[in-house]
Amino acid sequence: MSSLTTKFADELIANAAYIGTPGKGILAADESTGTIGKRLSSINVENVESNRRALRELLFTAPGALPCLSGVILFEETLYQKSSNGTPFVDILKEGGVLPGIKVDKGTVELAGTNGETTTQGLDGLGDRCKKYYEAGARFAKWRAVLKIGQNEPSELAIHENAYGLARYAVICQENGLVPIVEPEILVDGSHDIHKCAAVTERVLAACYKALSDHHVLLEGTLLKPNMVTPGSESAKVAPEVIAEHTVRALQRTVPAAVPAIVFLSGGQSEEEATRNLNAMNQLKTKKPWWLSFSFGRALQQSTLKTWGGKEENVKKAQEAFLVRCKANSQATLGAYKGDAQLGEGAAESLHVKDYKY
Amino acid sequence: MSAFVGKYTEELIKTAKYIATPGKGILAADESTGTIGKRFSSINVENIESNRQALRELLFTSPGALPCLSGVILFEETLYQKTSDGKPFVDFLLENGVIPGIKVDKGVVDLAGTNGETTTQGLDSLGSRCQEYYKAGARFAKWRAVLKIGATEPSELSIQENAKGLARYAIICQENGLVPIVEPEVLTDGSHDIKKCAAVTEAVLAAVYKALNDHHVLLEGTLLKPNMVTPGSDSAKVAPEVIAEYTVNALRRTVPPAVPGIVFLSGGQSEEEATLNLNAMNKLDVLKPWTLTFSFGRALQQSTLKAWAGKTENVAKAQATFLARCKANSDATLAKYIGGTSNDSAASESLFVKGYKY
Repeated sequence: MSSLTTKFADELIANAAYIGTPGKGILAADESTGTIGKRLSSINVENVESNRRALRELLFTAPGALPCLSGVILFEETLYQKSSNGTPFVDILKEGGVLPGIKVDKGTVELAGTNGETTTQGLDGLGDRCKKYYEAGARFAKWRAVLKIGQNEPSELAIHENAYGLARYAVICQENGLVPIVEPEILVDGSHDIHKCAAVTERVLAACYKALSDHHVLLEGTLLKPNMVTPGSESAKVAPEVIAEHTVRALQRTVPAAVPAIVFLSGGQSEEEATRNLNAMNQLKTKKPWWLSFSFGRALQQSTLKTWGGKEENVKKAQEAFLVRCKANSQATLGAYKGDAQLGEGAAESLHVKDYKY
Repeated sequence: MSAFVGKYTEELIKTAKYIATPGKGILAADESTGTIGKRFSSINVENIESNRQALRELLFTSPGALPCLSGVILFEETLYQKTSDGKPFVDFLLENGVIPGIKVDKGVVDLAGTNGETTTQGLDSLGSRCQEYYKAGARFAKWRAVLKIGATEPSELSIQENAKGLARYAIICQENGLVPIVEPEVLTDGSHDIKKCAAVTEAVLAAVYKALNDHHVLLEGTLLKPNMVTPGSDSAKVAPEVIAEYTVNALRRTVPPAVPGIVFLSGGQSEEEATLNLNAMNKLDVLKPWTLTFSFGRALQQSTLKAWAGKTENVAKAQATFLARCKANSDATLAKYIGGTSNDSAASESLFVKGYKY
């Protein structure tokens, strides 16, 4: 058979298409307990469950924000949490027309014999976990594979391992009713130029789609979450139009039209950069048979976090800051962002952390 | 680098795009001396050079036909032949907006240890041969890889060998200024259903595009010549709309949007079948980021050959027949074809030959 036979096929296709709705995108709020700890400590907030819950409530109940979103990626703990008036978060999201998603990978481990390259774990018992998440209300999943650019990197081993890990994860998700977001992130770290990033991105994406084909993944029921094609973090920046051109070209050369939408990760880009780049891509006049949208974590939450500072009295202002970024990115998916978003505290601040570990 | 960028890059992109012009397509007139001999013997014509020249002159000078064509694939002998008033065929075609192409493969040989599967030869000195052909006026090339469907076919070996052969051929062409038509034909022979053909076609195309990526082929400067997705020759026929749906789905799942055009082979289909199927594909209301057109040999020439029968007094009639098929297929690329307008019984005759050898 070409793609797998699953009773969830129609649902997967409908959900994947919905997530790609123009004007909407994904909030990546799936920071693990360890990672959210780093965020909270940067604003002097204690990493306890009630604070983690409070932050997510702030985001999900921000007036006007949910209409800008089609999905939110959650960490397992959050999938089972409730708002302060006892409503499960998944219900708040669903009522707001937002699909709940779930991070299902278990982080990266090193590949022996390589120069610090990694593969992602999480396949053991993944089918059963997906079933449980589906019962809890999740309708899509996310798995982050990580590659880096260096003298000899990414190696053929790293590309192959990560591509085939993504493919196995993807088909297991589909067997259990979850739309898999396929995320092969190529880190921005390095002094390489944009052409190098383009070449690596094309090579990695080609390997991913070969692996997905080998594993009979139903492409119409998937999403892609790639890096944008940019110069390395240590190289001179370029204009959004240049990033847009190289990024869309790389995707044209590798991503089949059957994939309904591409939801970019923001990497270490500032909130404003990420929005402008996405906007430029949607303004580009060239063949784009998939919707181009966002799946931003830091690039949606940075200024919101700073404004909140963990204080109850700041919630309203923080929610306003969050709405500003949601609206800006919503407009960017339509190529309509005018660059006039009121920049919140830190909106123009680079979020790049060298050798970033989730 | 990602895609190879040489001195011919702009020209390759322009030529490939032109060949894919909606309303136009390719006449495959590249029958080898041996193969054209079979055609001639079916109409009792002697297989000598003057007759081969006469047939091609008949086709190329058919009033009104060339505007329906963007390219003609030639066999080496024909590339150097002239019209009866001394004008090189190549010049005549170019003056009429038709790009000359050249078949560059050297036929198939068996893969030892398989059940009659083959690989295609022709890589030796291909670079210098391409240079010669470019000097003679050719601007695109064609290489036919052949796969078959069976209990254990196509094997992984056959898929890999043929995909890699196509990729090597493609990059060598691009280095020497010729747009490579990539042709991985999955034969119709067999009793399999359309789903099986779809699965095999998708697996083969996925392998082909992985190989092209590995070899740094510039996709924007290539064309794809695939089989349509149909039931096997021993199975019940299905409607054009069904063939269209399965074919376009298979292509959406595997052919990157960077490829400008897909030029279908007709396999053993009758002239009318091939046209109706192409028309149905262009009518299909689904996003297609490449143009869908024809590269027909038998399905453009069959009734013309019969009408000619080697006799000068039949030339005008034969040319009118050829024009009718050219127009029909031109209309089909624009989803405008209304079938059943041909009174020619030959147009409905199946051209299927079991185990067809070029």
